[in-house]
Amino acid sequence: MKRRNKRLGIVVSALAGLGIATALVLNAFQDALVFFITPSEVMAKTEMPERNFRIGGLVEEGSVIRDPQSTEVTFRVTDTAESVTVVFDGILPDLFREGQGVVAEGRIGPDHVFRAYNVMARHDENYMPAEAQEAIERAGHPGDAAGGY
Amino acid sequence: MWPELGNFALILALCLAGLQAIIPLVGAQLGHDRLMHAGRSLAMGQLVFLALAYAALTLAFLGNDFSVAYVAQNSNETLPVVYKFTAVWGGHEGSLLLWVFLLACWTVAVAVFSKSLPKEVLARVLAVLGMVGVGFMAFTILTSNPFDRLIPAPPDGSDLNPLLQDPGMIIHPPLLYMGYVGMAVVFAFAIAALIGGRLDAAWARWSRPWTTVAWAFLTLGIGLGSWWAYYELGWGGWWFWDPVENASFLPWLTATALLHSLAVSEKRGGFKVWTLMLAILTFALTILGAFLVRSGVITSVHAFATDPDRGTFILGMLAVTLVGSLSLYAWRAPKVGLGGGFGWFSRESLLLGNNVLLVVACAAVFIGTIYPMALDALNLGKISVGPPYFDAVFMPLMLPLLFLVGVAPSLPWKQGDPMQAVYRLRWPFAIAVVLGAAWPLTVGAWNPLTALALMLVAWILITTGVDIVRRLGRRQGLGARLRGLRPSFLGMHMAHAGLALVAMAIAMVNTYEDERDVRLEAGETATVGGYDFTLLDVDRIRGPNYDATQAEVRVTRDGKMVDTLYPQLRHYDSQPEMPMQQAALNRGLTRDIYVSMGQHVGGGAWTMRLYYKPYMFWMWIGGLLMAFGGFLAAADRRYRLARDRSAVSEQQVRADQPRDFQEAQG
Amino acid sequence: MTPKILLPFAGVLAVLGLFYLGLQVDSRELPSPLIDRPAPAFELQSLTEPDRTLTEQDFIGEVALVNVFASWCSSCWAEHSNLVELERRGITIHGLNYRDERPAALRYLRRGGNPYTHIAFDPRGDAGMEWGVYATPETFLLDANGRIRHKHVGPLDAQVIREEFLPRIEQLTAEAAS
Repeated sequence: MKRRNKRLGIVVSALAGLGIATALVLNAFQDALVFFITPSEVMAKTEMPERNFRIGGLVEEGSVIRDPQSTEVTFRVTDTAESVTVVFDGILPDLFREGQGVVAEGRIGPDHVFRAYNVMARHDENYMPAEAQEAIERAGHPGDAAGGY
Repeated sequence: MWPELGNFALILALCLAGLQAIIPLVGAQLGHDRLMHAGRSLAMGQLVFLALAYAALTLAFLGNDFSVAYVAQNSNETLPVVYKFTAVWGGHEGSLLLWVFLLACWTVAVAVFSKSLPKEVLARVLAVLGMVGVGFMAFTILTSNPFDRLIPAPPDGSDLNPLLQDPGMIIHPPLLYMGYVGMAVVFAFAIAALIGGRLDAAWARWSRPWTTVAWAFLTLGIGLGSWWAYYELGWGGWWFWDPVENASFLPWLTATALLHSLAVSEKRGGFKVWTLMLAILTFALTILGAFLVRSGVITSVHAFATDPDRGTFILGMLAVTLVGSLSLYAWRAPKVGLGGGFGWFSRESLLLGNNVLLVVACAAVFIGTIYPMALDALNLGKISVGPPYFDAVFMPLMLPLLFLVGVAPSLPWKQGDPMQAVYRLRWPFAIAVVLGAAWPLTVGAWNPLTALALMLVAWILITTGVDIVRRLGRRQGLGARLRGLRPSFLGMHMAHAGLALVAMAIAMVNTYEDERDVRLEAGETATVGGYDFTLLDVDRIRGPNYDATQAEVRVTRDGKMVDTLYPQLRHYDSQPEMPMQQAALNRGLTRDIYVSMGQHVGGGAWTMRLYYKPYMFWMWIGGLLMAFGGFLAAADRRYRLARDRSAVSEQQVRADQPRDFQEAQG
Repeated sequence: MTPKILLPFAGVLAVLGLFYLGLQVDSRELPSPLIDRPAPAFELQSLTEPDRTLTEQDFIGEVALVNVFASWCSSCWAEHSNLVELERRGITIHGLNYRDERPAALRYLRRGGNPYTHIAFDPRGDAGMEWGVYATPETFLLDANGRIRHKHVGPLDAQVIREEFLPRIEQLTAEAAS
């Protein structure tokens, strides 16, 4: 093959690669991105998004109820202003505690009950998950929410 | 006293690295022999001082010297002795010391084993390694000195993170760092080639074994990390697409592309500019990995305690590396020129396909890893990119790659005959299709995607076998036949077979694994994947530095005893409020059984997580095969053919060229 | 030729810039709404003397640190020797023992030394809520009039003490004296 053609071949394959990558990434982003919403934002909405998202905040004191017959757990996640009921079937992370930060990933029903398929607690015993912290801050300083801090 | 000595040795090593970054380079430009030779002794000196520093820190751990802040944070009196050795690299500061120590080891290895290199090239390589050493040692001393004192000393330390008190974790970081640091050697070869302006088959041959060894270490490191996460984190997962895991996976992808592109550069003199780019990119990605793990921009289970100063420093290092080497690249690369041409169906063209797929995969993982951070930095909201994204982009890229693995190794360079290849591969293909289609039925319900993946696995294994047999067949007598198999040839096929096994394990586990969270009281039974798990008893036991609740779980299948497993929930003395799950496994050739303990949910009831994981065993075997394939290939004799004497200069090597190409046809 | 070469550079610089921005988003630096406000009120048992009730008034009177800690928190343990050192230098430190159990907390102090003048025992995190505690350890700086002048989330290491606390303590002590 001629040198020119070879160059062309390389350029074409590079472009093809780029094209595949873009298509795959965009396609995957469509439904794989998980957005983050605070309990106040959840309660403010009348129509619930038909997709998975994350909520974060503190586990409300005294709200954890375990079903004695199964592994289902119900608790409330609060950002100190509003709270959302979360139902989770499975084993909670080791560091799940009342009054501590938590992030739940799942889907919310029309009844405003959040069905979580994944619950994450603090990474270690010192810090809150960034998202839980953000939820409380957004609730605490509503004026700042848009501008950030 | 010892810590001060260690600190002093570390500073001296930094000074030597500074000299090593300059003197040999000047020597190579001036053609001054003595200056060029200085690189070797400086590298040795550096290794000696870093070994001293490392020994000093180890002694501080063994002697429970809690006046050293790093020791106080990562050890205590009850920590078992073996973990005192490993705690040296259990935290950020010590792991950096290990990093620079390993860099010095690699540098000395290059200096010792590269006697056949032209002295200018060796001098430049050592100088670039010196620069890398300066960067990392300055980082250690300025932002994360492991020898910082804590006055007054606390009476006892706060213990090594219990997650890290595990045999898998003993060797995971050193292997991973061996890989990372090895990429610095590859980078140094690339930069030396750019400075010297020569990049030919000989250059590719010199840098190839180093790349292969570094890649093999990286593979082992990643595999071991995955193995560790699998049984230690207690979630039954083996890969989480966590930013820190991605940080090690990104350079692995480009390094794999680099291995293959180097093959073309060595055998056919092609892809040269591209090879250089990959070498630079791979090294930059290892620094990026350090940035992600150590700066705190990303929160992750594996991240070290963080500090923005450190992030700024590494970012500076990354900027210098990228801007510096890309400028050099823009200036020098156009002179390198293109290699020999090739047809659209040839080994080169398929290796090009391999490179495109790997680099695209790397880009996709990169985007998924930094996208959340980018949005956060630009104040556009918080999102997370989880495994669904990575699965969706990664799988479509890997399936064609697996197909190519079956075709390319038996294809001739330059120009292949598509009809002949189809003819030759028709039986392997047919057998692979049948096997792949039937295989899933032995495990569970038929699934088209799994069947496709298993077809490709069978395809690789069969074509690999056929290719080896074909190579054997040419000679008379078994001994001669076996000698006909060159280590690099066998190593390549071993690594490919390893990849196939990993792919098989992934396909099987992802499709047929069975997982249940159950609530069990003593005497109750739950069934997962055809196995019955009965909770017999829950006990309290005492370990060396923890209290544990231990369950006794009997596993049976169709009434026949399989094993009794003892998962634990440990409360380490240092962190009694942070229980750690210690899963219990029964490993087998075709399946793992995995039990981890959840919480006490009142009365005698506990939550338990039960897993049935088909073919997990082969994931680790596959990873090992890949790495050992790499080591075997790097051991090939042709990389060690000593040229005349150590005093060869560049002109002489140029005269050597024709021989290179003759051999390349073999 | 030139624009083609500039393209990767632009890409690299964009990514580096992004990382730099990412570094600036330091989620630990939280502006506390309590800064320059009086110390929030509480009424809790003393950790060391269970019969005694402590209020915020016991923390007020001189320039002092209020350190929120718990025995289950390993970062508290890491900063503890620094607190002991500060106390030795004559700086008053009060403790808020947060969501802890009394025996565990007392054992913690026996092991590491007790740098605290008063320790309020807050097993349910009531006072913690009032004080806006995010996570342990946290340290507040009170002036002599009992107003919160500074807050740090995370362990006090030598650098934080040197740069964030000592200058402020010096300044506040001078203010109080004049």
